[in-house]
Amino acid sequence: MADPRLRLTGIRKSFGATRALRNVSLDVAPGEVHALIGENGAGKSTLMKILSGAHAADAGTMELGGAPYLPTNPHDARLKGVAMIYQELNLALHLSAQENILLGAESARLGWIDGHASRERARAALTQLGHGNLDLRRPAGAFSIAEQQIIEIARALLLQPQVLIMDEPTSSLTQADTEILFATIGRLRTAGVSVIYISHFLEECGRIADRYTVLKDGETVGSGVMAGASLDHLVTLMTGREVKDLYPRSTHEPGAVVLEVKSAALSRFVGRGLSPTSTATKAENVGRKARPTCSLNLRAGEIFGLAGLIGAGRTDLLRTLFCLDELDAGEVCIVGAPAGRASPRARWAQGVGFLSENRKEEGLMLNQSLADNLTLTKMDRFGRFGWISSGRQQSTARHWIGELRVKCRDAAQPIGELSGGNQQKVALARLLEHPARIFLLDEPTRGIDVGSKAQIYQLVSELAAAGKAVVVVSSYLPELLGLCDTIGVMCRGELAAVRPRAQWNEPDIMRVATGSA
Amino acid sequence: MKDTLKKILGQGGPFIGLILVIVLFALPDETREFFLTYNNFKIIFTQTVIVAIGALGMTLIIVGGGIDLSAGSTIALTSVVGALLVQQGWAAAPVVLAVVASGGFIGLFNGAAIAGLRMTPFIITLGTLGLARGTSKWLADNQTVNYDSSSINRWMTTADPFSHALPAGVWVALGLALLTSLLLRNTVFGRHIFALGSNEATARLCGIPTARLKVLVYALAGCFFGLAGLFQLSRLRQGDPTVAVGLELDIIAAVIIGGASLNGGVGTILGSMIGALIMAVLRNGSQQMGWPTYFQEIIIGLVIIVAVFLDRLRQGRTAT
Repeated sequence: MADPRLRLTGIRKSFGATRALRNVSLDVAPGEVHALIGENGAGKSTLMKILSGAHAADAGTMELGGAPYLPTNPHDARLKGVAMIYQELNLALHLSAQENILLGAESARLGWIDGHASRERARAALTQLGHGNLDLRRPAGAFSIAEQQIIEIARALLLQPQVLIMDEPTSSLTQADTEILFATIGRLRTAGVSVIYISHFLEECGRIADRYTVLKDGETVGSGVMAGASLDHLVTLMTGREVKDLYPRSTHEPGAVVLEVKSAALSRFVGRGLSPTSTATKAENVGRKARPTCSLNLRAGEIFGLAGLIGAGRTDLLRTLFCLDELDAGEVCIVGAPAGRASPRARWAQGVGFLSENRKEEGLMLNQSLADNLTLTKMDRFGRFGWISSGRQQSTARHWIGELRVKCRDAAQPIGELSGGNQQKVALARLLEHPARIFLLDEPTRGIDVGSKAQIYQLVSELAAAGKAVVVVSSYLPELLGLCDTIGVMCRGELAAVRPRAQWNEPDIMRVATGSA
Repeated sequence: MKDTLKKILGQGGPFIGLILVIVLFALPDETREFFLTYNNFKIIFTQTVIVAIGALGMTLIIVGGGIDLSAGSTIALTSVVGALLVQQGWAAAPVVLAVVASGGFIGLFNGAAIAGLRMTPFIITLGTLGLARGTSKWLADNQTVNYDSSSINRWMTTADPFSHALPAGVWVALGLALLTSLLLRNTVFGRHIFALGSNEATARLCGIPTARLKVLVYALAGCFFGLAGLFQLSRLRQGDPTVAVGLELDIIAAVIIGGASLNGGVGTILGSMIGALIMAVLRNGSQQMGWPTYFQEIIIGLVIIVAVFLDRLRQGRTAT
């Protein structure tokens, strides 16, 4: 490539002790669609934030059109010709399409909006996208998601960008809307705009991209022409890393089934189609109105891993099992427990415990004491007639502080003052103290130090050995492969494959998760 | 150093504030002679009763992450209900029950609407503010409800105004404050209120029936507002449907000055009681200084802003 439009070399970025980017290089030619590929946490988002001016790189050089490119903030990046479209749409839903397109770049005379000029500019941007007939006066909220995305792209095009970055643009689109988006991207390519296309879905990248770059653990590990690359090759590049010896293997034999999930349909995925490669589309469901569903059997003493990309429905499945989200269709059966109303309260009564992936917003009451956080599910058992014996509550908390080696001042310390790893131990102790016999753990090791991680792996393994059933959702594949007996992989709301761990490896999981199996 | 300062502001803040306000009024020549006397404090305590009992209910609501703007209207409505029943010849005990129950009913309505319709407490109780005020005027036929005499009239005074005894209302407020404090700190119900206000998502995740809890909290608080209405009646000796306009703001201010956070999950009964006392001392002292009422309003307004600023400092402490 003789003359790249955008050239990044040796980009590094650290956040505290975490090295998000170690050594990233990227070349993008004019009028090229460039796929940026990598696993969750490989550094794609950080790189895009640096490109769009939200973060500054610690080291490395960036060139745009041959000149040094050093954006100071996202607005500056836009003015210099790099526009970004985020995964979550950023529209003011009450404002009209036109107002949204011109937001922050209004045509004005002496502070008054120039209606005619504004309309012309918005119309021109939409026409460039091949959607010149969109009603500019309608509120953005009245458009479909795909149309909203077009409005967002039109906004990005307003300042004639040379490089347009799209982060997971299809993650909330239906198949038909994806086709509209691809046609739009095709027009941008013809107009000479360079598009950086970030997606987990490899087959999509294969269709739309001219070239690719693969990131792994904050490094560029490969790049080349898309037409010559096999999906297998890309998956190997994405996942090829060693499994560290973090994972204990205690002997545990799966026993009787304790949780049955039959064709559960998750409410967030209602109305979405199956991925084109889904086994259900090929087999018996042809002709029926196919919808993504999940079926699984969980046994006592089994560790069941749920793999999949972010947004594939892993968390939705776990929350649905715990009645935090509504089950749209199908059946969830806790074996050997009295039926109750479909509520988290009934689940705790049935011996099911849930650990939220979001400690700060859902898992813990940050300004309340460690003891209160630990015993919230069973406060009525620390005394009689609704009275709480604070002494018994504190001594219970102290027991778990000792057992799990939680670093804290005392049981009355507000939990928000503890480190992430120690907070997570307390959140997990809540399930142990209840006590649960079915553990639903959503990203149990997210954002915690390695020491705490190893401790949690050990704990989960001991739970299984003691005959408890555990479901673990994780984005980190080595963790699932190291810890679980059985692994199920989710793709777009469907539990696409469930197999014993021995029959999985990282490339296989990525293939199923990216819908390219 | 900064941490210690924050800690003092966070925990002893309201009490220090009370002492500051008292000292402020004890020093000037105009008030020195009378302000620090037992009899003046008897007056201050009596003047605090209505806001204090209201603040008990409001503390439950605010700790639970809610707000109730209808407290003043509820107090007016329940005092009119009480006056009407006395007029009908009811004895004191059934009147007390009926008045407290009618307050509880309004609270039940608030709680059921907030939990059932999943609407913000601000909107629902803003609506109830108008509903209850209008209903009390309707019941009272838009005029004061007068009656000959009732033992209720004696609960906010003592037979001999210069005796050292405190009126019944003060003792009721003190007793209830103690009970409510125990309820909030040492019972499952109380800890669940903290959980609800601190993080409703966590409360739900941990199987706490959040909707039922909200209904209970507002209903119980409504009972407190009904009782405050009863003492309002006792003080005025007539049912006045236009009384206690804006009193909900005094009550909320007392709770906030007392260290509760409008974000929920933080607050104590002791703090709220001190907050109510600070408000009463400010009023009492300003009157004795001969300050015009507009000046009192300005002073109280400033105190609220300073108290909320301290609230933010506390938030900063817990966030890190």
